[in-house]
Amino acid sequence: MLEFPTWKRILILAICVFGVLYAAPNFMPAGWLQDMPEWAPGKRMNLGLDLRGGAHLLMEVDTKGYLKEVLENSDKTAFRAALTAAKTHGTVDVVGDAIVLQVRDRAKYDDVRSRIRRENPDFSLEDLGDGKLRATLTETALRDRLSTLVQQSISVIRRRIDEMGTTEPLIQQQGQDRILIQVPGLSDTKRLKEIIGKTAKMTFHMVDMNCNPTDKIPLADKLVPSDNVGRDGKPFMYCIEKRIRLTGQNLVDAQPTFQDGQPVVSFRFDSRGASVFGKITADNVGKLFAIVLDDQVITAPRIESPILGGSGIIRGSFTVQSAKDLAILLRAGALPASMIYLEERSVGPGLGQDSVDAGETASLIGMALVVIYMFAAYGLFGLMANVALLFNVALILALLTILQATLTLPGIAGIALTIGMAVDANVLIFERMREEVRNGRSPFNAVDAGYRRALTTIIDSNLTTLIAAVLLFAFGSGPIRGFGVTLTIGIVTSMFTAIMVTRFLVVIWLRSRRPQTLPI
Amino acid sequence: MKMLRIIPNDTNIQFINKRFIAMVLSSFLVLTSLGLYMTRGLNLGIDFLGGIMLEVKTKGQADIGDLRSRVSALNLGDVSMQEFGSPDVVLIRVQRQEGGDNAQQAAVTKVKDALGDVVSEYRRTEFVGPTVGAELQESAFLAVVAAIGAILVYVWFRFEWQFGVGAIVALAHDVISTVGLFSLLALDFNLSTVAALLTIAGYSINDTVVVFDRVRENMRKYKKMPLPELFNRSINETLSRTVNTSLTTMLALLALFVFGGEVIRGFTVAMMWGIFVGTYSSIALAVPLLLYLNVHRGAEDEATSKQPEAAS
Repeated sequence: MLEFPTWKRILILAICVFGVLYAAPNFMPAGWLQDMPEWAPGKRMNLGLDLRGGAHLLMEVDTKGYLKEVLENSDKTAFRAALTAAKTHGTVDVVGDAIVLQVRDRAKYDDVRSRIRRENPDFSLEDLGDGKLRATLTETALRDRLSTLVQQSISVIRRRIDEMGTTEPLIQQQGQDRILIQVPGLSDTKRLKEIIGKTAKMTFHMVDMNCNPTDKIPLADKLVPSDNVGRDGKPFMYCIEKRIRLTGQNLVDAQPTFQDGQPVVSFRFDSRGASVFGKITADNVGKLFAIVLDDQVITAPRIESPILGGSGIIRGSFTVQSAKDLAILLRAGALPASMIYLEERSVGPGLGQDSVDAGETASLIGMALVVIYMFAAYGLFGLMANVALLFNVALILALLTILQATLTLPGIAGIALTIGMAVDANVLIFERMREEVRNGRSPFNAVDAGYRRALTTIIDSNLTTLIAAVLLFAFGSGPIRGFGVTLTIGIVTSMFTAIMVTRFLVVIWLRSRRPQTLPI
Repeated sequence: MKMLRIIPNDTNIQFINKRFIAMVLSSFLVLTSLGLYMTRGLNLGIDFLGGIMLEVKTKGQADIGDLRSRVSALNLGDVSMQEFGSPDVVLIRVQRQEGGDNAQQAAVTKVKDALGDVVSEYRRTEFVGPTVGAELQESAFLAVVAAIGAILVYVWFRFEWQFGVGAIVALAHDVISTVGLFSLLALDFNLSTVAALLTIAGYSINDTVVVFDRVRENMRKYKKMPLPELFNRSINETLSRTVNTSLTTMLALLALFVFGGEVIRGFTVAMMWGIFVGTYSSIALAVPLLLYLNVHRGAEDEATSKQPEAAS
């Protein structure tokens, strides 16, 4: 165990130097890093949200609601189109997750069926007899629709968050229908949730001037509340046509601005939107035109004259902030489905910094205590173990930096704990040496036997802890995962430093001094 | 140079003779823990139950009575308030809200509105909906079961089955009594606690394995020595190591406990207890148990011939 070929010595030294170099940037002031040459290691550890402050939100896309809505609208329309194309009539209903079609003219059934088959490959068809057809989404189509839905939602959310001007937000899909959002540095999650949570589905309708909201509502109309509250504390109601004249999809731009000292939102339509808008306003001068956002009338201005330029202004009871937010929402587009909040964990910048400071202090003091104890217990050998411990910490930090693993508060606790447990291998070896010395072995033999005999025990005991650490990493989430990562790295590096680095130091010392007795 | 020796070289404590004391003590510990768990239960945190937790910093010293009346007025069910590390920091917990995931989110907004400008900073805002709570509960349970299973397999593979039984009994003892401590002190039982339990399981086995390694070695070395004497010898030979490692780990944990801040204090308490009880159980429980498990020396001899490099 005391033979050290040159390549091994170089390798050990190289690993230690590498650890120090890659750990170093974490301790340098930010200014230094910019002045460093390109090739020098300049990465820092990736701090978790609990340390740097920020918001973590886990949401689920409401896929059930979305699928039902698509069936009710575009799919149903497509089925009706097939009936019309076959020049017949019938009924189309959504029953559960299927569409049931009843063709009135039985003779046309096969024609309708083949048209549906051709036009709607997403569905698998089932003949119920008597001119009745049941269509359900195939599994592939269902999967495709869901993954498109989640992808679309993610890109809308990303656009919205980017518009807010936050730095490096993480937005990713988790599992089948979940979206994880992490925004570092953001502690006011209220606004974040308001911005993400709005579906922002905008539609333009005509107000039915002949309908009184307190009377019976015609079939083609619906009652929609406005965001203005009347004197009785209830929102003012509008009776608007169900027919959608234009949607937010035709918008190309929206900006917050001021008119007569009031915050308003100006918008511009694309060319198709502009021509439809021009025609509507030309045909309905004098009537009310409602702008509806998420089933609420934001404003319903009277059309004074035809608007042909394709741009307009939304007045409402806006504040500067809410006008700005509405503009963001309109620019980023509507979310295809609503979101369900599953989990939030946000940490303010104050607590984050406090945790970093506390973790640093605790680790340094813990390390100082262990270093003093090891020196007191094992003298010169304790010192060598302490040198190894320093390299161990450097290696842990270096690996965390290189892997860009996220350091969390429990992760720091993991490092502190590793410092305490890392010396275990050395304790085992040194105790073994003492025994061998007591049994009358020469210094060389005692050291050799100490390392050799302690080795199996070290491996056995470290492997069991490693099993626990790896499982923490595999099953844990968030901060716990961070603890598992540092514990795993710590066990691996401590085995290296405790066995290789101390042995290296001990051997150099033995060969240069050739002591008669071991000071242990 | 004079070195610090907590355990002198000639230490020879008769652990095996005193095994009945340890067994009575441990049985008491385990039974009390189980009893506490069944009667008092655990103070499950929002990670598992779902619910809302806010850590707020108030302007000036916190008036907990005022904060409580503001939040209680919202009728959100159980509300608990606790000073957290400093007189102007309060931890507010609100029970899980009826009505699914989105209800938690709505309640957070209500609480924040009710607290108004009394609060100068929201240090932490957490809510966990029932869906995620149930998932976290399941994954925590899986992690503990998988860890104990994997450790059992490893010990079984490396030692005779008798050792495996001894190690697992000691491990179960450590984990159960830690759970008991959490029940007794009504400490917040959350995801970090599960991490602590797994680490304790790892440490407990680590400690036990070191002593077992020595037992196995001595069984090959002293073929005629009566087992109680041999076990005693093994424990005493490794005692210095056991104590030193426990002490260095304790020192690191002590620093975490004092300086590591309020957020991880529960985690640190669990770990400190775990190290303490883990050290005790590997000496006083795991090894004496081997006496009753009919350890075969012959089998060990065969093992020796199979792996000659392990013997010296």
